[in-house]
Amino acid sequence: MTSPVITIEHGVVGYDGRPVLRDISLTVTAGEVVAILGANGSGKSTLIRAVLGLVPISAGSVTLFDRPLRRFRQWARIGYVPQRLGAGGGVPATVREVVASGRLARRGVLRPPGRADRAAVNAALGAVGLADRAGDPVSTLSGGQQQRTLIARALAGQPELLVLDEPTAGVDAASQEAFAGALRDFVADGGTVLLVAHELGPLRPVISRAVVVHEGRIAHDGAVPDPAGHHAEPDHDHVHPHCYDEPAGLWSN
Amino acid sequence: MELFQYPYMQRALIGALVIGLAAPALGIYLVQRRLALIGDGVGHVALTGVGAGLLLNRSPVLVAVIAATIGAIAIEIVRARGRTSGDLALALLFYGGIAGGVLLVGLSDATSANLNAYLFGSLTTISPADLTTIAVLGAAILVTMIALRPALFAVSHDEEYARVSGLPVRTLNLLIAVATAVTVTIAMRAVGVLLISALMVVPVATAQQVTRGFRSTMAAAMALGLFAAGSGVWVAATADTAPGASVVLVAIASFLVVAVAGALWRVVRRRTTPTAAPTAAPTPEPHEVVLG
Repeated sequence: MTSPVITIEHGVVGYDGRPVLRDISLTVTAGEVVAILGANGSGKSTLIRAVLGLVPISAGSVTLFDRPLRRFRQWARIGYVPQRLGAGGGVPATVREVVASGRLARRGVLRPPGRADRAAVNAALGAVGLADRAGDPVSTLSGGQQQRTLIARALAGQPELLVLDEPTAGVDAASQEAFAGALRDFVADGGTVLLVAHELGPLRPVISRAVVVHEGRIAHDGAVPDPAGHHAEPDHDHVHPHCYDEPAGLWSN
Repeated sequence: MELFQYPYMQRALIGALVIGLAAPALGIYLVQRRLALIGDGVGHVALTGVGAGLLLNRSPVLVAVIAATIGAIAIEIVRARGRTSGDLALALLFYGGIAGGVLLVGLSDATSANLNAYLFGSLTTISPADLTTIAVLGAAILVTMIALRPALFAVSHDEEYARVSGLPVRTLNLLIAVATAVTVTIAMRAVGVLLISALMVVPVATAQQVTRGFRSTMAAAMALGLFAAGSGVWVAATADTAPGASVVLVAIASFLVVAVAGALWRVVRRRTTPTAAPTAAPTPEPHEVVLG
């Protein structure tokens, strides 16, 4: 059960000639829960966007489920949770409608939703604790509830891999707990997770491995760095020597 | 009411009803993507097609469909490439389209009345063949927009997510562009190039003031479009006003009525439940009103 789910080899990404990621190599195997940590602008969000093909890599390779990204078609195996819900043009949409979009990867464009689709949407709404808000417009939800809506959308597709971009940024404590619970259930069922985070908070116990991105390179890959005060410990592996502007308790709540 | 005994008025009414139903069914996706004015731009390009059709003695509507489709695809390509130079490119397309149309119509034998018919609509001159075209294309638009609603909603709502879901995002975007071109061209006969966007956008703007979901907004917008088209043609027939303008003014009047009624209802509700107000959850953000 250690087949690679995501493999990046010597990945390079640049915007307008300015390199954001320089020579990134990373492998995530089935069942892992990998957190990508790093300061703002370190390239951590770009890393997962490159994995999903949302930004092109200029060198190196990305492989998803043993297939090169270019030829990867089994998108139903991946659930993507973006940082936030776009405002759109103001046409209202209910929580259920947004979550139901998550079934499209599995169902395809032409087939109308069936019983299995409705059941999966209901299960996903329940998993994030939003079953009672299903009929409400998403615009009336709090930021944390909107984030949970996006997680439910990804879960509704019953993916094997969840990719989340800062799922807990600006999210209230109740939503963070609900999210950590949903993630724990997903992992217990054998799911793999790659998430970008600025701070781990209640997610900390769920994370099996941390990757620290600094200035477009991987500066640390291994155990989750300890919370506040860890710099003082004798066996501390100092992974971000040049980030003096970062607060000491970066990964604590 | 006797006017509706005449076949040309019946055709005007049926044509208006088909367009009133189809235009908001497409328009809701345009509003969702913040492209509320795209119909206007495609209409400008369609006018060049009308001019070319008149000049070459071919069916102006048919040539307009081709010109509008090319224009809509060009706009979609500009949009997909990024927005930095997008609005300038769109401006070139819009004004090039209308200037080309006016120039070509001028070169042909057509009179200014002909041009006016396309600029502001001419429902009462719809021929039986025109009506067949409007009905068939209108039905095609309706069926496509309703049948593909989940996918089109996903693409319009969150394009990146749609891409990671493996949806054929580019095809769906082109489908919306082509549907816009077709809707603009059939609506051209009813409300004219300059008023098309109104029928696509205003019913959606009216509906979303009171609805909670996408599906209900779509249904309400289609009902409002149908109502505006029907009562607009009726007003035009009884008061002898321009049909296209009457339809659009009814749509805008509905918007104002719903906006005022909604505001009054919120005031009344606040007054009648004074204790609930301070403890209530944070007030929902007002829906953004997108006016064409």
